[in-house]
Parts: sequence; C-alpha cells; structure tokens
Amino acid sequence: MNPLVFILGIPVVSALLFVLLPSYKLASKLNILATFATFLATLVPFFNRPETTQLFLIDDFNIYLLALTAFVTFTTSIFSARYIIHEIEIGRLQPHFVRFYHAMYQAFLFTMLLALSTNNLGIMWVAVEGATLTTVLMVGLYRTAAALEASWKYFILCGVGIALALFGTTLLYLAAQPVVGTGMPSLTWSVLLPQVSAFSPQLLNIAFVFLLVGYGTKCGLAPLHAWLPDAHAEGPTPISAVLSGLLLNVAIYAVLRFKMLMAGNSHAFAAGPLMIFMGLTSLLLAGFMLYKRGDIKRLFAYSSIEHMGIITFAFGMGGPLANFAGLLHMTMHSLTKAAIFFAVGHIAQIKGTQRMAEIRGLTTSQPILGWALVIGVVAIAGLPPFGVFMSEFLIVTSTFARQPILAIPLILGLLVGFGALIMKLQGLAFGPGEPGEKASVVALLPFFVHLALVLVAGIYLPGPLVIWFQNVAKLLG
Amino acid sequence: MLVFANPAYDVAHLLDAGVLILSFLLLSQRRLTGVIRIFSFQAFILACASAWQAYIQDAPHLYLTAFIALAFKAIIIPVALQRIIVKFKIHRSIETVLGVGGTVVLGGALVALSILLVFPVTMASAALTREGLAIALSVVLLGFLMMITRRNAISQVVGFMSLENGLILAAVGVKGMPLVVELSIAFSVMVAFIVFGVFFFHIRERFDTLDLHELEHFRGDRHK
Repeated sequence: MNPLVFILGIPVVSALLFVLLPSYKLASKLNILATFATFLATLVPFFNRPETTQLFLIDDFNIYLLALTAFVTFTTSIFSARYIIHEIEIGRLQPHFVRFYHAMYQAFLFTMLLALSTNNLGIMWVAVEGATLTTVLMVGLYRTAAALEASWKYFILCGVGIALALFGTTLLYLAAQPVVGTGMPSLTWSVLLPQVSAFSPQLLNIAFVFLLVGYGTKCGLAPLHAWLPDAHAEGPTPISAVLSGLLLNVAIYAVLRFKMLMAGNSHAFAAGPLMIFMGLTSLLLAGFMLYKRGDIKRLFAYSSIEHMGIITFAFGMGGPLANFAGLLHMTMHSLTKAAIFFAVGHIAQIKGTQRMAEIRGLTTSQPILGWALVIGVVAIAGLPPFGVFMSEFLIVTSTFARQPILAIPLILGLLVGFGALIMKLQGLAFGPGEPGEKASVVALLPFFVHLALVLVAGIYLPGPLVIWFQNVAKLLG
Repeated sequence: MLVFANPAYDVAHLLDAGVLILSFLLLSQRRLTGVIRIFSFQAFILACASAWQAYIQDAPHLYLTAFIALAFKAIIIPVALQRIIVKFKIHRSIETVLGVGGTVVLGGALVALSILLVFPVTMASAALTREGLAIALSVVLLGFLMMITRRNAISQVVGFMSLENGLILAAVGVKGMPLVVELSIAFSVMVAFIVFGVFFFHIRERFDTLDLHELEHFRGDRHK
C-alpha cells in the first residue's frame, strides 16, 4: 500500500477526531500518538519508495524533509502537551479553544506534508496557503490585543505573498502550456523539468520573480519579514517552534523546486544571484535587529530570519558543496531552533514573562533550564562542536573558494548575529537569579533529544547520510 | 471598424476592463458601505468574465468558478461585512494614507507598469491572453495599493479580496489552466475564515474600533 495514504491520512483523520473530542487532556496525548504514527509513516518511503504520479512525487530531496517535518512535529507535540495544560491552569487559554488548537495542529502538519510531497505546483500552492491559514488562527489563539494584531499582520502580509506566488504559478503555466500542452501536465513538476529548456525564458524569469517574492514572504526573507517576529512572539510557544523549525523550511523547499526549473533553461536568468542578494539582506538586517530586542521569543524569531538568510544564500551560491551545506543547515536549524523554543517556553511559563529584562541569572536559579538555554544558544550561534557550526563553516569556506567578495558580508552578518546572541545570553543566563519553580529533566526531554542529534551531526555525520545529502545537492544543481 | 466584430474577444475585453475600472472606483471611494457595494459589483463582473471564459474556452468547470465568485464574493461576504459595520457602528469614512487623487494617479502608474511588464514577455501568447493578463496584474497591483493606503481592517480585507479577483481573472484567462476551481475555493475559505474570524474573536470588544491605527499601538516590543 502506498505510504502516502498514511502520511497524509493520519493527520487528516486526527484533525477531524480532535474537533469532536471534548477532553483536552486526552486530545493532547492522542496528539502525541498521532504525530508519532505520522513520523513512522514518513520513514516507510525510505524502504519502499512510492512511484511518481501526477499528484505525488517522492524523491531524495523531499523524502528527508518529510521525515524531519514529522519528527519535529512529534517532539513538539510532547512539549505542547505539558505547555497547554499549564496555560489552561493559569487561565490564559480556555479549554474549548484547545480543542480547536489540536485540530489545527494536525491540519497544519497535513498541509506541510502535502506541500512537500505533491508533484503538482497548483496543489503545492493550495497547501502552503492552507498552512498559512491554520497558523494565522493559532497565532491569534490567546486573543490578546497583541496576539490579534500579530495574526492580522501575518494574514495580510502572507496573504499578499501567497497571492503573488499564485500569479507566478499562473505565469509558469503560461510558459509551459505551448510546450507541454493544456491541462494538468503543465503544472506537474516532474513533467515540466525535462522540457523546461523549451519554455519562453522571459516568461520564466518573471514567473520566478513572483514566486521568489511570494514564497520568500513565507520564509521571512527581507523586506517581507515583518510578520515573522510578531507571529512567533504572540502565539503559543509550540507554534513558534513549528513555525520556525518547519514552515520556513517548507517555503524554502517550494522556492528550490522552482529554482531547479530555472536551472533547466539556459536562456533564463540565473536564479542564484537574486537569492544570494535576498539571503544576505535578510542575514545582515536580522543580525543588527537582534541587538534591539527586548522580548525573548522575538529575539529567536529574528535569529530565524537570519538563518533563513544563510540558507537562501547557500542555495543561491549553488554547486555541490554549498547545496550540501544549505541542506545540512536547514536540518540543523530546524532541530536547534525548535529545541530553543521548547526551553524558552518553559522559561516564559516559570517566569511569567517574555521580557528579557525580567529574566536574569537562570543558571543559578534554575540550573537545568538555564544551562539548557546556554547550550541551545551556543548551538544556534554557530559554535563548535554543534552541527550549525559545521554547516556555517562549509558555507563560508565554499564562498571563499568561489566568490571571496561575498564572503565578507556573509562573515560580517554571522559575527553580528553571533555577538548579539552571546550578549543577550549573558544577561539571561548568568549573574544572580531569583529562585523559583524548577523545570524537571523529563519535561525538557524533547530539548535534549534535539540537541543530542545536533551534537552528533556536528561531531560525526554518518557516511550514508553524507552520501545522501550529496545526492540531493547534485539534484539541486 | 465594426463594433463586436469578434464577440469572443470583445466581450472578454469589456468584462476585464469592467473589473479594472471597478478597482479604480474602489481606490477613490471613501465610505465603507460604498467600498463594499463596489466590491460586490466587481465580484459580479468577475463572475460574468469567468462564465464568458467558460463559454468561449468550452471549459465547463469555469462555470463553477463563476458561481463561487457570484454566490460567495458578490453576495455572502458583502452581506457579512455590512452586518459587521452595522453591528460595530463604523459608518464613518475611511482614513487614507495618501489623498484619493494621489492614490488614483499612483494606480494609473501601476497599470502602465503591468502593461510594460506583461507585454514584452508574452509575445508568443494569444492577444486575448496577453491583454487579459496585463489587466489582471493591474487589478492585483491596485488591490495591493488599496491594502497599503487604507488603515481600516475592513477595507484591507476588501483590498485583499479585490487583489484575489485579479488573480482569478488571470487564472481563468489563461487557456486550460488546471485547478482554477480548487484555487478559488482555497482563497474563498481563507477570506471566509478571516471575515468570520472578525466576528469570532470579537475584535470590537478589544479595540473599540476596527481602525488599525489603534492596533499599531500594540506593535513590536514597545508595548511591553
């Protein structure tokens, strides 16, 4: 049986179930179970790869993103179960909203998996739009003024982004139609790829610009990043974790699929320089913005913009090494950033605030949580021995080898971001702290699992994984 | 020259142009009720344009797109928005960032821009497709402009829906584009969620007004 039936079916069925299920405690446990089952289902294609159809395509590239997405949603659901119960206890959330929250969580997982596994560019658009919709609603879940404003801004900006992406998709169809013929095949990615050299290059160019800006809005690339910090800061923390760790990846994935099409047509312009430019702008902008942040979740949201900039830059450079580094960085960033949001969620709940000025000396007051945050920030700032260091190192060295001039702004951006994070960390983690409730190691388990994976990847990347990333890097051109 | 020498072409053009002109009217309208009425009429013309494309392309599924535009965007959403206005008592005129004159001039520039953008790259396509696409892009950009220049939540939603009308116009105008129905449903669901979300979240209770100026106050780190 086709594993996609389970990969896509489990989240849909669970979403429907959670709408009907009145008990939020049971729903939060079933949520863990459902995401775990989905994660197992995403492992099946590794052994038994389904055939490419008009609607679905599983290749080396998305097979690993599917598994990563399901894995991080699974660990986040463990964190979420505890988080949600705490929020209900302190009265920030009403139980009937939580019913809706779990249903949306599964619906969100479904839309991401659909966007990753589909072969049809129209369906991909619908899925990304669905992912926007489900998260807009979840960002506004607390119904505070700030949360509503964040979700409004998210809707307006991403709505416009998504609209531009649809216009780009229409233009792409217009380019494909004379060559491939009318109807579905002209939006089927695997059909387009071998024939793309015969498309009108001018139309492809314009289509790509619309698609890059459109889906780029969803990656939080500057100058359309304004929604991202608000959405991360005001929504529930598990949502911040999946937004940063996964949704941004899905948007980058969409851009890369179109970049692969562009690469197939030698007369179309090279997509690389445009992506390099957007990547560097985001990196530098976010790096400097990090210094002024006063809210802990906003701080890490800006750090996500920075990392999306790095990833876009790496894929913009292209070539086997930079693509390899970009893929690795996508994975490492997902795991690390989601883990950091787990820790931040605990901190914000214990301290009752997200303001960094009111969170001090965590390593003395809550040693486990404090040191967890230190490790997380060290990892995301790109210090060895963690995986983020490895991918950033590869990106920098490959840039030096090919375009030394571009390495200067890249390194500048990395250092600026690094400085800001370390500076903020000092205040948060060290110095005298106020004693309070302590977090248990068990509650932080998802955090440690993620960090362990990032650490292992930083020290030793298993051979088969390397070969595989190399294959995907080749595929990306 | 004969009027309507080529009805397939001329009627399609007429309807496309109608949608564009209504976009300009939206930009120049100051009263909220007026904005909603014009939008409803634009959705009606869009429905006619889709139905006409369904007829000349012999693509029956486009009738469904036309029906969605008619039922949902020309009737249900405008009625819902009117009810929000009555319920929240926001009849007053809308504040714009630029004056109406400035906005309309800028709108004209955007139309010129989309013609300059679309015409050179679509040499190979049929004249109807090219011109339809240029008009559709203009409608998209004008919707964009409306969202930028209006500070009021309801007129931003209308701007967004008008932008979406442009996208649907583009999609129905390109021969044989698959999934148009699905795409228009996806958009409609999104808009419906948001419009009813305004009810659901009772924004009024929190802000006393749907003017986004009030919301600005809460933005960023400053509010804490």
